[in-house]
Amino acid sequence: MSPQMLDRLWQAFLDTLTMVGVSAIIALVVGVPLAVFLVLSSPGGLINAPRTNRVLGAVINGFRAAPFIVLLVALLPFTRLVTGTTIGVWAAIVPLSISATPFLARIAEVSLREVEHGLIEAAQAIGCRRWHIIRHVLLPEALPGLVGGFTITVVSMIGASAMAGAVGAGGLGDMAIRYGYQRFDTTVMVAVLVVLIATVCLVQFIGDSAVRRLRAR
Amino acid sequence: MSLAFLGVADHPLLQAGATARHDAKPAVSSRGAAESGPSAGSETLAAGSVRFEGVGKVYTSSAGRVEALQEISIDIAAGSVFGIIGRSGAGKSSLLRTINRLEQPTVGRVLVDGEDIAAYGESALVALRRRVGMIFQHFNLLSAKTVFGNVALPLLVAGVGTAEIEARVGEVLKLVGLEGKERTYPSRLSGGQKQRVGIARALVSRPDILLCDEATSALDPETTLSILSLLKDINRRLGLTIVLITHEMSVIREICDEVLVLEAGGIAETGPVWQVFGNPRHEATKALLAPLTRGLPEEIASRMTSSPASDTALALIDFTYTGEGGREPDLARLVALLGSQLRIVQSQLDRIDGHLSGRLIVSAPAAGDLPSRLSGQDLAHGARIIGYVPANA
Repeated sequence: MSPQMLDRLWQAFLDTLTMVGVSAIIALVVGVPLAVFLVLSSPGGLINAPRTNRVLGAVINGFRAAPFIVLLVALLPFTRLVTGTTIGVWAAIVPLSISATPFLARIAEVSLREVEHGLIEAAQAIGCRRWHIIRHVLLPEALPGLVGGFTITVVSMIGASAMAGAVGAGGLGDMAIRYGYQRFDTTVMVAVLVVLIATVCLVQFIGDSAVRRLRAR
Repeated sequence: MSLAFLGVADHPLLQAGATARHDAKPAVSSRGAAESGPSAGSETLAAGSVRFEGVGKVYTSSAGRVEALQEISIDIAAGSVFGIIGRSGAGKSSLLRTINRLEQPTVGRVLVDGEDIAAYGESALVALRRRVGMIFQHFNLLSAKTVFGNVALPLLVAGVGTAEIEARVGEVLKLVGLEGKERTYPSRLSGGQKQRVGIARALVSRPDILLCDEATSALDPETTLSILSLLKDINRRLGLTIVLITHEMSVIREICDEVLVLEAGGIAETGPVWQVFGNPRHEATKALLAPLTRGLPEEIASRMTSSPASDTALALIDFTYTGEGGREPDLARLVALLGSQLRIVQSQLDRIDGHLSGRLIVSAPAAGDLPSRLSGQDLAHGARIIGYVPANA
């Protein structure tokens, strides 16, 4: 592989890192509170908002149903509104985070639901308000599951980011498609795959060991 | 909230001299005047009294209406240990949870220290819950927090300063015998230790009332005894009211002053433990007591006849003691009544709060005038011939 190609590979890696990193943070900041709201507003929960709960659930399902490549195109007007452009890394971050947020919200919801009702009851009995229960009971008790769910989200976002090439955002996946699939450059394709696999393994390893440490308590 | 919290801080819990508070028997509620807590209003109720007034609870689900509680009216005196017993599904848990409003009654009122808690807004409710501690069958400790973190949480969310939190957590952990376990996570503790953490967490807010939801049901018999004696000790030393629910009669006998027997959501029977145990009137009480009562030994029961088989046959006489007092199993007088051939076949006598209750089964020659002698006796609250066995028994 030429030094020029290595340089491209490095640039692609950085692009993927930026896209996935920024989108993952957005998904985390929006998705987890969404999940908390979904859990608390479900029937018999601490927040009495059944209608909002249903509407929100439907919206999340809608976004989850749309294939990422379709979302990428369908969201172009919105992307332009937010970033001022429809091409490049930042243009990919908008659909990527919009697709990852409901995904993470659903996964986080499952972990939050696993928190025993008795713990919430005990927290109420010692005089915890709603916010205290979220802060001291729901989130810390569900943390191993939340970290595991976030890891899954990040890995699937790395996969989805391959399609970001459609808006010229580049990244590893895009490079593999262009050089390997469209130009039959097997060497580049294999190299990109190796980097992708290594990245995914690293993310999974970090996530798994964090979960293991949290569960050891 | 701040006002109520001041009240909590004023509470004499854990302070020197608190030991003397329990010498008065629970029924006496005049101590309330002396305590002059913020809750001691016009009514002369001590801090920690609970009153149920016609409490009922109906659950409506797709399966239909379930009346979990109906027409519960009862007073729980401050400083007493009050037991609620009943079979599974009798409504014990629902009733207990109305005291800190984890459950809302459908009808009726629950008064804590004379105040209707249904009227409380969120702040008053949070303040109430800091005056009413609760422990659970499955402990409900936060696995992500250490023992210290768990016990400190009620104070942390109440906005107590770090230095005071450290002091008070240390104090209660010492009280429950868990010094040195501050940095341990609950998963590394035994069941008994977990419940001690639960108790410490409930006590750290210095409550007036402690609710125990099947607190010993998940523990082995030995640990159960140690937790019960801890609860008893807390009741004595801190003078707080304990309301506990259980399905084990032995728990009630061990620590309760008064007992309420619930059956299908209603009151089956209530009163001092010695009375209810000594003379159970309701079927539900008798059923719950059954595991504690021994039947006649099999080899005697199998040979028992309903009338004397021969002149030398022995009568089996069952003396019962209800705990009403005045009557004791005085052996000399029993011999005087029944003759020197008297034998004790089986005895099951229990002293609760100084009241002797239970039964004593003896055998004696079945002489002709035995029934008339028994009907005139004043040794026990009841005496009857339950059968006859051959003399060589």
